[in-house]
Amino acid sequence: MSWLLGILALAVLALVAGLILGFAAIRFRVESDPIVEQIDNLLPQTQCGQCGYPGCRPYAEAIANGDEINKCPPGGQATIDKLADLLGREAKPLDAAHGEEDVKKVAVIREDECIGCTKCIQACPVDAILGAARQMHTVIADECTGCDLCVEPCPVDCIDMVAVAVKPERWKWNLDQIPIQDITASSEHSNSEDKQVQTQ
Amino acid sequence: MIEITATSPLHHFPGGIHPPEQKALANQTPIQRLPLAPMLYIPLRQHSGPAGELCVQVGDHVLKGQALTQPGVDNGLPVHASTSGTIVAIQDHPLNHPSGFSGPTAYLQPDGAEQWIERQPIDDLSRLSHREILMHLQLMGIAGLGGAGFPTARKVAGAQGIDLLIINGVECEPYIVADDRLMREHAAEIVRGSQLLQTITAAKQVVIAVEDNKPEAIAAFETVLAADANVTNTMILRVVPTRYPSGGEKQLIQVLTGLQVPADQLPADIGILVQNVGTAFAVARAIDHGEPLIERVVTITGQALSKPGTAWIPLGTPIDHILSVSGFQPANKQRVIIGGPMMGYTIASLQVPVIKTTNCILAPSAKELAPPEHEMACIRCGACEQVCPASLLPQQLQWLAKAKDYDGLKQHHLADCIECGACAYVCPSEIPLVQYYRQAKAEIREQLIEQQKSEIARQRFEARQARLEREKEERLEKHRKAAEARKAAQAARADSGEEDPVKAALARVKAKKAAQQAAEPASESTDAPADDKKAQVAAAVARAKARKAEREAALAQADDQQKADDDKKAQVAAAVARAKARKAERDAAAQQEKQEDGESS
Repeated sequence: MSWLLGILALAVLALVAGLILGFAAIRFRVESDPIVEQIDNLLPQTQCGQCGYPGCRPYAEAIANGDEINKCPPGGQATIDKLADLLGREAKPLDAAHGEEDVKKVAVIREDECIGCTKCIQACPVDAILGAARQMHTVIADECTGCDLCVEPCPVDCIDMVAVAVKPERWKWNLDQIPIQDITASSEHSNSEDKQVQTQ
Repeated sequence: MIEITATSPLHHFPGGIHPPEQKALANQTPIQRLPLAPMLYIPLRQHSGPAGELCVQVGDHVLKGQALTQPGVDNGLPVHASTSGTIVAIQDHPLNHPSGFSGPTAYLQPDGAEQWIERQPIDDLSRLSHREILMHLQLMGIAGLGGAGFPTARKVAGAQGIDLLIINGVECEPYIVADDRLMREHAAEIVRGSQLLQTITAAKQVVIAVEDNKPEAIAAFETVLAADANVTNTMILRVVPTRYPSGGEKQLIQVLTGLQVPADQLPADIGILVQNVGTAFAVARAIDHGEPLIERVVTITGQALSKPGTAWIPLGTPIDHILSVSGFQPANKQRVIIGGPMMGYTIASLQVPVIKTTNCILAPSAKELAPPEHEMACIRCGACEQVCPASLLPQQLQWLAKAKDYDGLKQHHLADCIECGACAYVCPSEIPLVQYYRQAKAEIREQLIEQQKSEIARQRFEARQARLEREKEERLEKHRKAAEARKAAQAARADSGEEDPVKAALARVKAKKAAQQAAEPASESTDAPADDKKAQVAAAVARAKARKAEREAALAQADDQQKADDDKKAQVAAAVARAKARKAERDAAAQQEKQEDGESS
């Protein structure tokens, strides 16, 4: 009889443990980020469409469905590496067919040439251009993602893409990039040289 | 509740070093006043946080203490004219910053008159609201003079009802003696500023902390505290042992209270506010005399100078002017350092000005402060870990920083590094450890900014998509409503037997055609009765058609809305047919009349 008791005890234990696990699986369920969200979070959100999709989210969806991860020039190699890490795929070099990695830029409208056609406003994916029909337009530089999409529709070519200047508070401590100056020499000749600079 | 008495035990922070102090070089002589520079370069941003908005123009004559910028939309800290003179230019000028970048700077040509703007001291703090007092400090341009130059009003605003206000007179970095001289000569005003800060923050207790290597400053405070009747027992002086970097905010708190400021928190979160003695002095000047922050004590030291010392330097004075009047004898490859040898930075141009945070100009000879040698490989000696005052693992951080493993750096609490340079100081391989940490910190900060920016871009993109979608739907909805309204109107007309104007117009056109067709044969042939008959037949056929169409229309109307189009067609057809019939009848009648006329005549 003892073997029956053993089986019974084990069966009861298994049942109880199963119930607890089943309850825990429902009660403490962790809602994980859908993969598209996670991919979208890694993309730079320039919404430039260089990947061939109309925005970052559609590209994220395409990647989730198996598209290549190396079609995002604004994100560059860093984004490709992160995506490869996330998806367990091999990191590839950036696909040159979609563009090359570039410094960060913002659009600047040459305001006196703007004719107020609103074409760039319609093209801007993040509503970063301000203006109205037959009124001058201007770019809100802080909101501009540098996607280039406003340049092409402009009928008078008055939009320039300008590299963002690094500010001291966002400088990355690249001491080796500071041009070396012999300040001894400059202090000896300072009066002549600096005055030249000043008058310029 | 934190309570510190004159005898309560002092604590230790981990690590720390004892570098050669080199303070005697500059602290033997009183604070001087140097001749005014021929041109002052006043950067519009001299502190951490946003710059103010410019409120003067090129060509303006400004008075000493006049604001050049105002807080503006960003609530930036104003800068003021350090002397009276003319603004001759506002343009980019080399900034007093390790990057060597240029930034917007007002060029002030002094007129030598030192003519003050009307100053507005505050006689009685209790008459003003707390907000007004903070606004006054903001408008006076007061920033922390000990470290990064955080705006004092904002720091104080975040520290209300604290337990402990620490006035930091530790000044632990080698060579720097600006605070030391200020304490020796102006202890009374520092105490006054401390009292004002205590009133503003409602701090329960004030501790003035001075390192034990400054006996003259300690003596000066003791005299003032003993003599000043206003000093209550809530203000005490504590002497702390000399050890670098005990002047660091978090380290000083730990020495005095034994408490550690938690990571990602401010001292105010544990009920403590730390202010530099220079800031306390500036607060006293701003409130009691209405003087904005336009000058500060600067240590001018190093063996490349024949006349080292300390001086009151008007903000904006270029470094080369100060050096030239201090007997600067530059050697080959001479370095000029802003700040001390541990945390300072080398400047790329001698034209950079003194700003609110400049406490020391160090021009060392090559012998006393050797230029950095070549970096060698880490030998894993662990000396850096022994001296780190923040209990970090500098060696591990260095590997992670070189590998650009930013997640790893965050896990190893890189953000808690105060960049004191103790690890680099003891490193036998001369690895510039702090430089690695600074680059990594900047990269992490940059990534954070980029992430925030991309988050905003995403939100804006999605908002735009939603807006476009909404507009499209609204357009469709409008069209649908218009179509419905048209249909309803038609139905109403059909019910009341009224004619649709469109249908009527169509009918008229058709009728005209029919009339032409009818008229042509009538005019050609004189066989009138036949014609008449034909017309009558046509009319009858049309009537029949119309009746049929009307019946169909009635049926269709009874049907559901899906057949609305058929209904409409049927109605149109019916109406057309009706109109045709009527027209044909009329025409036939007209023809008959004509013929009768013709016959009678």
